[in-house]
Amino acid sequence: MSRVGTPLSPQRRRFLQDSARAAGGCVAAGSLLAWLARDARALPAEALRPPGALPEKDFLSACIRCGLCVRECPYDTLKLAELGVDAVATGTPYFTARDVPCEMCDDIPCVAACPTGALDPGLDNIDDAKMGVAVLVDQENCLNFLGLRCDVCYRVCPVIDDAITLETEHNARSGSHAIFIPTVHADHCTGCGVCEKSCVLPEAAIKVLPTRLARGSSADHYLKGWEEKEARGAPVVEGIIDLPDRLPGPGTDNLVAPGGFEPSFKLPEVTQ
Amino acid sequence: MTARTNMPLGQEAIASKGWLSAHKYLLLRRASQLFFLVLFLLGPWFGIWIVQGTLAGSLTLGVLPLTDPFVFLQSLIAGHWPELTAAIGAVIVLVAYALIGGRVYCSWVCPINPVTDGAHWLHRKLGLQKGWQPKRGTRLWIMVTVLIVSGLSGAIAWELVNPITMLHRGLVFGMGFVWAMVAAIFLFDLFVSRHGWCGHVCPVGAFYGLIGTKAMLRVSAANRSACDDCMDCYAVCPENHVISPALKGKDTPLILSPDCTNCGRCIDICAEDVFKFTHRFDALTVAPPEPTAAPQPRASRPF
Repeated sequence: MSRVGTPLSPQRRRFLQDSARAAGGCVAAGSLLAWLARDARALPAEALRPPGALPEKDFLSACIRCGLCVRECPYDTLKLAELGVDAVATGTPYFTARDVPCEMCDDIPCVAACPTGALDPGLDNIDDAKMGVAVLVDQENCLNFLGLRCDVCYRVCPVIDDAITLETEHNARSGSHAIFIPTVHADHCTGCGVCEKSCVLPEAAIKVLPTRLARGSSADHYLKGWEEKEARGAPVVEGIIDLPDRLPGPGTDNLVAPGGFEPSFKLPEVTQ
Repeated sequence: MTARTNMPLGQEAIASKGWLSAHKYLLLRRASQLFFLVLFLLGPWFGIWIVQGTLAGSLTLGVLPLTDPFVFLQSLIAGHWPELTAAIGAVIVLVAYALIGGRVYCSWVCPINPVTDGAHWLHRKLGLQKGWQPKRGTRLWIMVTVLIVSGLSGAIAWELVNPITMLHRGLVFGMGFVWAMVAAIFLFDLFVSRHGWCGHVCPVGAFYGLIGTKAMLRVSAANRSACDDCMDCYAVCPENHVISPALKGKDTPLILSPDCTNCGRCIDICAEDVFKFTHRFDALTVAPPEPTAAPQPRASRPF
């Protein structure tokens, strides 16, 4: 080896040291920044993004935090997150439904104002917005669930009878009344939050949640047999033996079992 | 060394030019910084909507979009292809600063500049040590790091910490705890590192410096033959390595380093009027009045 005995040049040594120092510093600072960037994605459940907002990760790559959407909002619904005050990525727009809900303007001025497309300009009908999904989170305190006719969330819903319907059920407590259950249909709910804002309880029983919290999802391979059967006009699987169903009646312990009841019909062929 | 190098900084300029002339560009800069801030504040404070938005992105008179090109670049690298409005705004800002002078942004527009200027002023008054002085390339390394992190994390990384847009947004929309961040930068510049933030750390300044590498507006030491070596310009310049090549070099008297922020402090502070604003093609020097005479000693000159 020709290098044996010749010390490395001081310039080279210095260059290597400086480069290592710079690279090390950059990795340390960069890691800190990357950690902050990950942390910023944790959007609190009660903070809702404006209509048309891209999914949170894409939103943070697109939103330059200029506040033009906030300025265009005629109802002062939107606000920019303040550093250390709101647990939302600092400077990004959001709203809290219980404070000021989205009034679902027809011309969607916030989306029109967005210069970067962080609010998707492809959203041209506010009814297609997906800011979140309303969920009736507290069935024990909801007045309608108690059998009363509050109905406020249903009445105020801008997409009434599509996004929220009242489904009737027997009121077992009174025995002779109906319960009108406010039922959210996620396909139509825009997540505007007017229902949450209007809930008469001190703490709303219906809340708009981010879709990730509000909804489950069905597995791709699940088929609903009754739908398939209707579509085909025949059983989905051929040759299934239809075993007789065990019906209530004499010879069973239906009346003895807890919660057992007298059937409302008699099997015609039973004669004894 | 003569006694004149020990005179309080700027006293000679005030004595020979008057206080106003010795603070001309400082006053103009403060006016400019205030002007750009007030433009944004007129709307939220008085309902006069000339400019909407913040320094990161704005809309003037409902027609002129402006976008911070560094924020725009991070957004691109993070994987978002922005709408045309933001792209047009970024190009306008990019071209404007590329023509006028990249770091003109730093000393004439940026709201953090008065903070770090204040820290430096106090630093000088207290006679503190210059402290930690990272290498000149540090902010470029940080800028590259920010761009890489933007790419890896898919977020506009520097906007998570950028004190410039945070302070500006704080004033226009609501402060939160941004004041703490501003105080931290003030203390960093005061006790940890002289000219630390703007001179060594801020990747926004580094980016604007790169934009303005070939910019028109330049300070020139056109009258460098009149320099009497008082060193005041070195003391006030926030990037004082840019002065020597122009003032003491044999080539062009233009300060061509992209690090120069065109703040004009050297022009204000110089009692001999060595420096002036000019364009980058003006390589002329003022011929010395007497070709062989050395500069007149100050002590013998009446005030």
